[in-house]
Amino acid sequence: MKDVTETGRGCRNAPILKERGQREVFCGLTSIIWLHRKMQDAFFLVVGSRTCAHLLQSAAGVMIFAEPRFGTAILEETDLAGMADAQDELAREVGRLLERRPDIRQLFLVGSCPSEVIKLDLEKAAEKLSARHGPHVRVINFSGSGIETTFTEGEDACLAAMVPTLPETEERQLMLVGALPDVVQDQALDLLGRMGIGPITVLPSARADDPVDVGPNTVFALTQPFLGETHAALTRRGANHIPAPFPFGEQGTTAWLRAVADEFGISDETFAQVTDAPRARARRAVAQAAEVLEDKSVFFFPDSQLEIPLARFLTRECGMQAVEVGAPFIHKDLVGPDMDLMAEGPVFAEGQDVDLQLDRARAARPDLTVCGLGLANPLEAEGLTTKWAIELVFTPVHFYEQAGDLAGLFSRPLRRRALLRTEAAE
Amino acid sequence: MKLTVWTYEGPPHVGAMRVATAMKDLHYVLHAPQGDTYADLLFTMIERRNHRPPVTYTTFQARDLGADTANLFKTAARDAYERFTPQAIIVGASCTAELIQDDPGGMAETMGLPVPVIPLELPSYQRKENFGADETFYQIVKSLATPLQKTAHVTANLIGPTALGFRHRDDITELTSLLADMGIGVNVVAPYGATPADIARMGAAHFNVLMYPETAETAARWMERELDLPYTKTVPIGVGAIRDFVAEVAAFTGRSATLDDSRLRLPWYSASVDSTYLTGKRVFLFGDGTHVAAAARLARDEMGFEVVGMGCYNREQARNIRKLAKDYGVEALITDDYLEVEQAIEALAPEMILGTQMERHIGKRLGIPCAVISAPVHVQDFPARYSPQMGIEGANVIFDTWVHPLVMGLEEHLLHMFRDDFEFHDDAGASHHGHKAKLREMNATPTPEPEAADQPRMETGVAVVWLPTAEKELKKIPFFVRGKARRNTENFAAERGVSEISVETLYEAKAHYAR
Repeated sequence: MKDVTETGRGCRNAPILKERGQREVFCGLTSIIWLHRKMQDAFFLVVGSRTCAHLLQSAAGVMIFAEPRFGTAILEETDLAGMADAQDELAREVGRLLERRPDIRQLFLVGSCPSEVIKLDLEKAAEKLSARHGPHVRVINFSGSGIETTFTEGEDACLAAMVPTLPETEERQLMLVGALPDVVQDQALDLLGRMGIGPITVLPSARADDPVDVGPNTVFALTQPFLGETHAALTRRGANHIPAPFPFGEQGTTAWLRAVADEFGISDETFAQVTDAPRARARRAVAQAAEVLEDKSVFFFPDSQLEIPLARFLTRECGMQAVEVGAPFIHKDLVGPDMDLMAEGPVFAEGQDVDLQLDRARAARPDLTVCGLGLANPLEAEGLTTKWAIELVFTPVHFYEQAGDLAGLFSRPLRRRALLRTEAAE
Repeated sequence: MKLTVWTYEGPPHVGAMRVATAMKDLHYVLHAPQGDTYADLLFTMIERRNHRPPVTYTTFQARDLGADTANLFKTAARDAYERFTPQAIIVGASCTAELIQDDPGGMAETMGLPVPVIPLELPSYQRKENFGADETFYQIVKSLATPLQKTAHVTANLIGPTALGFRHRDDITELTSLLADMGIGVNVVAPYGATPADIARMGAAHFNVLMYPETAETAARWMERELDLPYTKTVPIGVGAIRDFVAEVAAFTGRSATLDDSRLRLPWYSASVDSTYLTGKRVFLFGDGTHVAAAARLARDEMGFEVVGMGCYNREQARNIRKLAKDYGVEALITDDYLEVEQAIEALAPEMILGTQMERHIGKRLGIPCAVISAPVHVQDFPARYSPQMGIEGANVIFDTWVHPLVMGLEEHLLHMFRDDFEFHDDAGASHHGHKAKLREMNATPTPEPEAADQPRMETGVAVVWLPTAEKELKKIPFFVRGKARRNTENFAAERGVSEISVETLYEAKAHYAR
């Protein structure tokens, strides 16, 4: 096993193919699908069109009918023609909503493509509504529009909008940033806690009343690579970022924990005591799935911005060869440490022209193509094995105990293709 | 502005996509921002299509808005033509592009592309998916079809089936064979599987079979007027409707009304004694107007159910459904508000829902069995097996589909007789369903479930209180008829000004409503 501190010649300065054209990606509204489950007293009200509502119920491929805490205020002809005052209309709908759902403590007004184009001032609306419904309900606005945000950038915009509202603190503390599945978050807190690191706060918290504060003595570690705006907003509040590879796989998790531990002056001995056992477990679990992945090639279409850290995991820990790693955006401040750890070779592509990229994928015939739901079945029909990217966002995949599951998500499509036989036995 | 949680229909450009994706050698250039590509997955995932929808999205971003979104459109249209070389192109705007008023139709016309370019005007803030499909198909037909000499043999066009439709794939096969039995060939099926060149040949048919008014009625009317193609008004779902349909076709063509019903099993299955328990089952119908109207007739006349409520989400069919509801003596519910539908179902407490996939979720929440009769549909409504709704096999399929969610004949009686049995009780669920039965502790008495109805009800203007003994007696009635018993008893009491319901009242009411 290669040590993560071994640098060699990484990919941070590799040339990046920048593309502009049709993008086969979701808009930021899609983040609401997981954010509304994470923040249990929050409601996400999209101010948009029927398309936005239709996207929200279609995007996850499933409908979540268990009391959704999101909805769409659909703009109608009268709103557009200026016959109705959109601010009044919105206030009325919000009033009704909060009356029906008194358990709601945080209301997010989420901007969409149409609301941005007609320049509906949701910031002003949020201020007015906060004044009316506060302090019980806090109203915050952010944009999840497709003209401004791509898929996971919706979470980034949401968290970045929350940062200015956080109370100030002088306390020396660690903040973990990113909406993680509960099981994963608990594991992270447990590992850090056992090293003696604390106090630790998490953004976003599950409830509005859970204290999250920030200040110049706050250091923060991102758990997701798509949180560029949130990173900037926290920096503006005086907090300091701990750059690290992202905690995917055994090596990524170790490097991430090491960076945090170093910041808090944790000894090698304590670090080893806490991490040795789960590290060994993670290695064993990854090794099993990696048997199928060894020497196979992988091609990433841009989707969630997890692509670079995942490519690092697959190439370093699972023995795969990356052909192309496409990402909607490449923030080197955030994914630079992951790129440092990747061997030279793959094409890095930022943005998308989907038809050109499909041409490249067809020419390369990778063993595994990681892509969105719109492309997966068509590529399977062309004989390419695919992994739907959205599952990587919807499944617990961070940290040691999930490292094997993460590798399994990639090995399963390959195992399945090898398994299926429908021809005659002869 | 209107708050929406779930929608029955997508925006109109998704309707246009359903037409484009169903067709071959047609391409749709859609002026739209990043993110609108989500619609692709409806087709590739829910319908499991093995190719991408033939749609190029211009994908404009915020920074393009001040600059040149028009040029972006032109580049996308030119690239799409060169890459896909379609026989015709449709162009239009999604909701956001409609606001920036680039006029994609006008621009595309000036580009001099060597194939027909058909502009679409789909007002996103007024209309919805079905309108989008209907209007798109109409524009394509209007642009490409011309009067032609009729085919020597009697032929029909099958019009209306689209991508993402409820069982459209199999309805086409079924109707093709039904017409073949009458000696009638199929000229063109459209939009499903048709190329623009096929659309141009539509005028050669002798008549149109309008399969789904939701998606092809405007085109049918235009073809009647301009191409001398009469169209069928009956949608052949259910035995009576099939016979009416055959008579209608016979009248158009002068052929005899031949129907090979040797494979038709619904009438006997419905008449056989095992089906006695279906008598008077209270059903609630909701979906698109066409499927609801067909299901209402089938439910009442061919299954022996009682229709206690019906409605549709597409306003285009509101008039038809209101009229029909009157015939059935019920109030029509015309709404696309999911919460309103849920409320109506809760209030009516039917024994079964015949609805869309949305009602399937309502049924799950309220513990009411549900069968799907209409779009919107989900991945499980695209079965691998042959499973039409129309024609002879469609009637057979519907019989099975509607009976499946119910507790079956003798089982229903046994539940009634021994309803406190520890492993065979209301909560255990029908024994032919796969889920795990919830066993009770052998010696435990069934826990009384708190029900909203324990509170006095004001529905009829009179407060009615259930005495504890009557409430206990009511719970001895199996869950699938308990709602009906409760309502009947309350109505009975209210009509007589009785404010307290005793065991006596319960049985008085039972005798009163006995059939």
